[in-house]
Order: sequence, then structure tokens, then C-alpha cells
Amino acid sequence: MKHTISVLVENQFGTFNRVVTMFSGKGFNVQSISIGETETPEISRMTLVTTGEDKIIEQVVKQLNRLIDTIKVVDLTGQSRIERELALITVFYQRGTRAEITNVCNIFRGNVVDINNKTITLEVTGPPDKIDAAINVLEPYGIKEMARSGTVALKRGEQLKAEKKEPLVT
Amino acid sequence: MKSNKHLLSGADIFFECLRKEKVDTIFGYPGGAVLKLYEKLYDVDFLQHVLVRHEQGATHMAEGYANATGKVGVVLVTSGPGATNTVTGIADAYMDSVPIVIFTGQVPTHLIGNDAFQEADIVGITRPITKHNFLVRDVKELAATIKKAFYIASTGRPGPVLVDLPKDMIAAECEFEYPEKIELRGYKPTFLGHQNQIKKAADVIKNSKRPLLYVGGGVIMSNGHRELKLFAKENNLPVTMTLQGLGSFPMSDPQSLGMLGMHGTYWANQAVNNCDVLVSLGARFDDRVTGKIDQFAPSAFKIHVDIDPTCIDKNVIVDLPIVGDVKHVIAELASELSEPLQLDDWWAQINAWREECPLHYEKHDGRLRSEFVIEKISEKTKGEAVIVTDVGQHQMWVTQYYQFNNPRSHLSSGGLGTMGFSVPASIGAAFGIKDRPIISISGDGGFQMNMQELITAAYYKLPIKFIILNNSFLGMVRQWQELFHAEKFSFTDLSDSNPDFVKVGEAFGLKSFSTDKPGQVDSLLDEAFSINDGPVLIEFKVVKEDMVFPIIPAGKSIKEIMTKRLDPKEMV
Repeated sequence: MKHTISVLVENQFGTFNRVVTMFSGKGFNVQSISIGETETPEISRMTLVTTGEDKIIEQVVKQLNRLIDTIKVVDLTGQSRIERELALITVFYQRGTRAEITNVCNIFRGNVVDINNKTITLEVTGPPDKIDAAINVLEPYGIKEMARSGTVALKRGEQLKAEKKEPLVT
Repeated sequence: MKSNKHLLSGADIFFECLRKEKVDTIFGYPGGAVLKLYEKLYDVDFLQHVLVRHEQGATHMAEGYANATGKVGVVLVTSGPGATNTVTGIADAYMDSVPIVIFTGQVPTHLIGNDAFQEADIVGITRPITKHNFLVRDVKELAATIKKAFYIASTGRPGPVLVDLPKDMIAAECEFEYPEKIELRGYKPTFLGHQNQIKKAADVIKNSKRPLLYVGGGVIMSNGHRELKLFAKENNLPVTMTLQGLGSFPMSDPQSLGMLGMHGTYWANQAVNNCDVLVSLGARFDDRVTGKIDQFAPSAFKIHVDIDPTCIDKNVIVDLPIVGDVKHVIAELASELSEPLQLDDWWAQINAWREECPLHYEKHDGRLRSEFVIEKISEKTKGEAVIVTDVGQHQMWVTQYYQFNNPRSHLSSGGLGTMGFSVPASIGAAFGIKDRPIISISGDGGFQMNMQELITAAYYKLPIKFIILNNSFLGMVRQWQELFHAEKFSFTDLSDSNPDFVKVGEAFGLKSFSTDKPGQVDSLLDEAFSINDGPVLIEFKVVKEDMVFPIIPAGKSIKEIMTKRLDPKEMV
């Protein structure tokens, strides 16, 4: 089953690498990873999309927690949440298909962000399945290249804040 | 400090930090990137620097020191090859949760990534095999980083922490202040077990008919052996131990069932297979312990106490997990149990298994056997020595024939199974422990993997007994070849390629002996034990083709236990 896991990490040299190394070392699947700053600059949020049986996901969460640089790990799966992904898709057009493509773009509430005499580049944002649907429709026109950002996600309502654990005293 | 503006170099700060951490011994090897540290070290008087002969030796020494004393082992090496040579020891410490801190030199920060001379990305290389690692990128962070390294290495589930020190960071100056507190908001090991879970566990144990304690290295690391003994004795509970758990409960006590698992005793494995409540204390359900997972303790209610949540439900799904410091949890459990359990039937059954299939080896054909030598060493030291084993057949025989009665007496490479561990680890132990004999036991294969460190033992006049059980074979591999690989003894026969071990020992300045006669074992050991002004080496030339029994083949259950070599006539 697909799981979306939100991880708050120290915004430090090598933290991203640590998480990725752990995933490959433990043989866990990763569909997408995105990382960026949060409202607190020294903390970054990673959103991981992974698949596996419950037992594996439990280990994924525990192993993420075990890393010294992770501050909070939340499996958002099954929780009310907002998921978004951004895709840039460059599609070939011919006479007559340009209008069709821009029409598709409008239906998916995307934007045309670039055009030349052969290709048109669209920006589509939304939940990952919406991006999949847009790609499906655009595929017959010929996709030249494409970039997907990976999912970012937040819990709905009461938003996940970077809860500060009490500092350790030694 | 005289004024607030007093500046210290990174090198000065480094040693001030070690002083604050009460480090008395470091194992190291100098080189270009750490020259400045060695320059300072020349005048440092509060610690002893042990010069090794290979950086792998340094990490194993630090492990031996840490495991024998319970303190953090410290390593100092240079960049590039100095750093990469530590990798096996770091991986070993990671698998066996040994608290060590490794300081590696690094090329100056402006050259990092330039393929500079003796550059290696050691932080990247060791990321999956350290509990945590650091690259110091600002001398102002140096003191706090060292404090964090020692704190992380020694708390929670212990483990190796590496600190990479670029050359310019050692030279740069700043004010020195050793932080009283450090903030690690992402690291907060759970110390106290959950009260309700502990109560539930106590109730389950109270009502059990066939309980069993399955004890791992965690009990030794948390110094919980006294609590364990009290808990087991007061409640009449049988105790079986893992390789790393040996010594947590006295093996001379009738309640000890010895080691469990692949080469564990028949009765310990039967007890696991038939118990109704299995209480795992600081053990991790390793595959060498469980064999076939779904047939491991099939009818037992499983309680798992561990400080590391990732250990729980990793290999075996348990019924009742308790995350916390095992020493503390055992004490709490004991306080919940007031009356000794009525376990006469269970003990009768266990003792019947003991008699059904005792440990045995051939004693009457006049040939020298490893088991005999180990039994003799156990007798002579009354189970009070620190035994440091390598990896292979001799390692398993030690678990069967040496009677460990104290914690921190059995040092061995368990998780990683590192051949070449024993020689350097025993040297590390000898720097930490002065009041008990230190005995290194290796096979002829593993001995050769780090025998350069003999000179370290000789130079520092450490009274270590280096014992080689030489069967002229990579014995454990040979055993698997015989049992599972069509008797193709592929590249395991060393009879024509072993060195003369007595000459090797003598070349390094050790008094060295050799025998293949059972009748000489006693007198040789006596002679060796009488030499205490330096190390000695004794080679015992033992039977080539012996195998370790019992063995439960990998991934199998106790139903497939082999207790002796199959007679060809019995084979169909």
C-alpha cells in the first residue's frame, strides 16, 4: 500500500543523504522524495511516498525516527491531508493540435508556461493522480520531456507544526 | 581561562574535550591530515596514545576496550586510507552496538571534493554503519560536536560515532568553551519502560507454566546483570543467552541453559521451542538465534524489552513490546512479581533435555581437540578471565565449553562476524582491564588477519595469552562445505599455506609455544599463565575435520537439529 510520510529534519549538511542512504540500505521502496525549508529555517520538511506492507511501513517510520537528525515523523496515510505535486510537461504540437492541448491544459487547470514552433510546455499542479491523468491525456500528442516535483503534503486543519522537543540536557 | 578572548587552536580544543570526557586511552596512527593533533599529543600527559600497526586494529582495540570496561573507546587516524581502514571495525561496532568515537583527519575544507591527496569521503562512506557522524566545518562547532559524539555513542542503544576533522579546522582558532548542555531535539532515547506494559508483562509471566528468559547483550550494556540475576533467581526462571549476552547470567548456575540458536545447546533450543512465555531482554531476534522465523518459539507469548524501537517487530512479531532501558525494566518487572513461580514440571522437562543430548566430544583417541583446550582454560581461570574470540568454529566452542560467570568477560564479533577481531580487541581489553587475565582465542585463519598487532601487545608488554586453535582449515567454512556443499573443500585448506606460528610469535618478540598433544595442554597453559611481563602465544594443533555440534542449519527449525556427524552407514 502507498504511504505518504512527512518528516521534519534538521536543515543540515548531509541530512537528505542520511535519509536516502537509510532507505537504500534497508531495501525500502521510494516513489518520491521532496524536501524544502519550513517556516523555521533550521528545519526542513521531507515528504516521502513509499509502498510496502504494514510491517515494512512500521519499520520505515521507526528507522526514520532513529536517525539523529529527524525531529518528527508522521505517516499521513489515512489522515485528512492535502497532497500536491507539480509537473512540467513539454508536448509536441502540430497544426491543429495546439488548441486541443491548451484545452486539455485548461481542463486540468494548468498553465502554459512556454511555447516554440514545435513544442508547448504546460505546468500542472494537483494531487498526484490528477497529474497522472493529465499525462495520460497528453501522451498521444507526444511528450518530449517531463519533470515531476514529487509529492508535498500537509495534514489538514490543525497543521503539523515543527513541535520542538524539549532540549536534551546532559 | 584567563579572559574571554583567550583563543585556542582546534588541536588544543580537541584534547581539552577529551580531557573533559575523561578519556584515558586512545588508539591511533598518525598521518598528514592529523599532524597538528600529533604535535599537541606529544605534550599531552593525561591520556595514553596506543600506536597500532593498522587502523582496523585501532577500531577493534577501541571496541575491546569499550566492551571490557563499559567506557567509550576512542580512535584517532588520518584521512583517506587511514580513515577507510577503520571501516570494518566501525561496521563491527555498529552491528554489536559498541560505543566508540572515531576521529578521522580530513583534507582542508577548501580541498574537499577535489580528489586531494589522501582524500576520502569518510562521512559518506560510514553513514550507513555509524549511529551518527559529523564533518566539522567550523572550528566554533568543534567542542559541541565532540560532546555530541560522546553523548550519542554512549547513550540509548550505543554505537559508533565518527567525527571528520578537516586539517584547517584543527589549525583554526577560537575561544574554547565546553558546553554544559547540548541540544539534540531529534535524539531522545526512551529510558523508562511503559508502566502498564510492564504490569501486563508481569501478569503474563506470573501465569506462565513454561517461561524462559532470552537474554542478549543489552543486559550487559545497561549493566543490568545484578537485576537479571535477582529476577531469575527469585522467580526460578530458566535463562538462555545469546552470543553477546554470555556472562550476563553465571553459566555455573543451574538456571543457565547456555547459549541458544544455531550452535546453542540442545536444551536451550528445546526450551525456546516449547516455552509458553518468552521474555526477550536486550536481544534482537537475530537470524542466527531464530532460524526459521515462523517456527521460533511457536507457542510462546513473546515479550520484548529493548531500548531501540526499531528492534521490535523487525524479525519476529511480538505480543508485548516494552521500549526502555533493560536494567530498569527488569527491576520493575521483578518488583511486580512477589511469589516464586511453581515450575517443577518445566524444570524436570528442561533437565530431561539436558540429559538427552549433552555437549560431547571425542576424548579417548589421544588427539588434541579445541573443546578440550577451551575446557582446560575455563577450569584454570575459573571462568573469571576476559575471553576475546575471533570468528568461526573456535568461537562457537568457546560459547559451549567456557563457563562465563561475569559480564564483560566474553568479547566477540557477533553481528558482523569479523575475522581478525580477537587479536586487536584483546589488546584494547588489556588496556582497560588490569586485574583479570585477558585471553585471545583465534583460529589459524582469523589470527592471520590482524596479526600485525602482536607487536603492539609486545611493545606495551601486555600480559595477553594469544591462543591459536590451529586446525589448518577455515574450519567453519569447511564444516558448511562438508554439510551443505557437496564436500567441495574449496579454498579452505590451509595445511600447505599456514606460516610457522611459533616463528611468527617469536619474530614479534612473544614467547611462543606449540603442541599437538593433549597431555601437554596443562603444563603449557600453566607456563603461559606464569608469564605476566608480556604477551605469550600458544598454538594448539587440533584435529582438522572436527565439526561444531549441535547445529541447526541456517533458516531451519529445531526439528532439523544435527547433534553429531552422520555415520556414512546411516546415510541412505
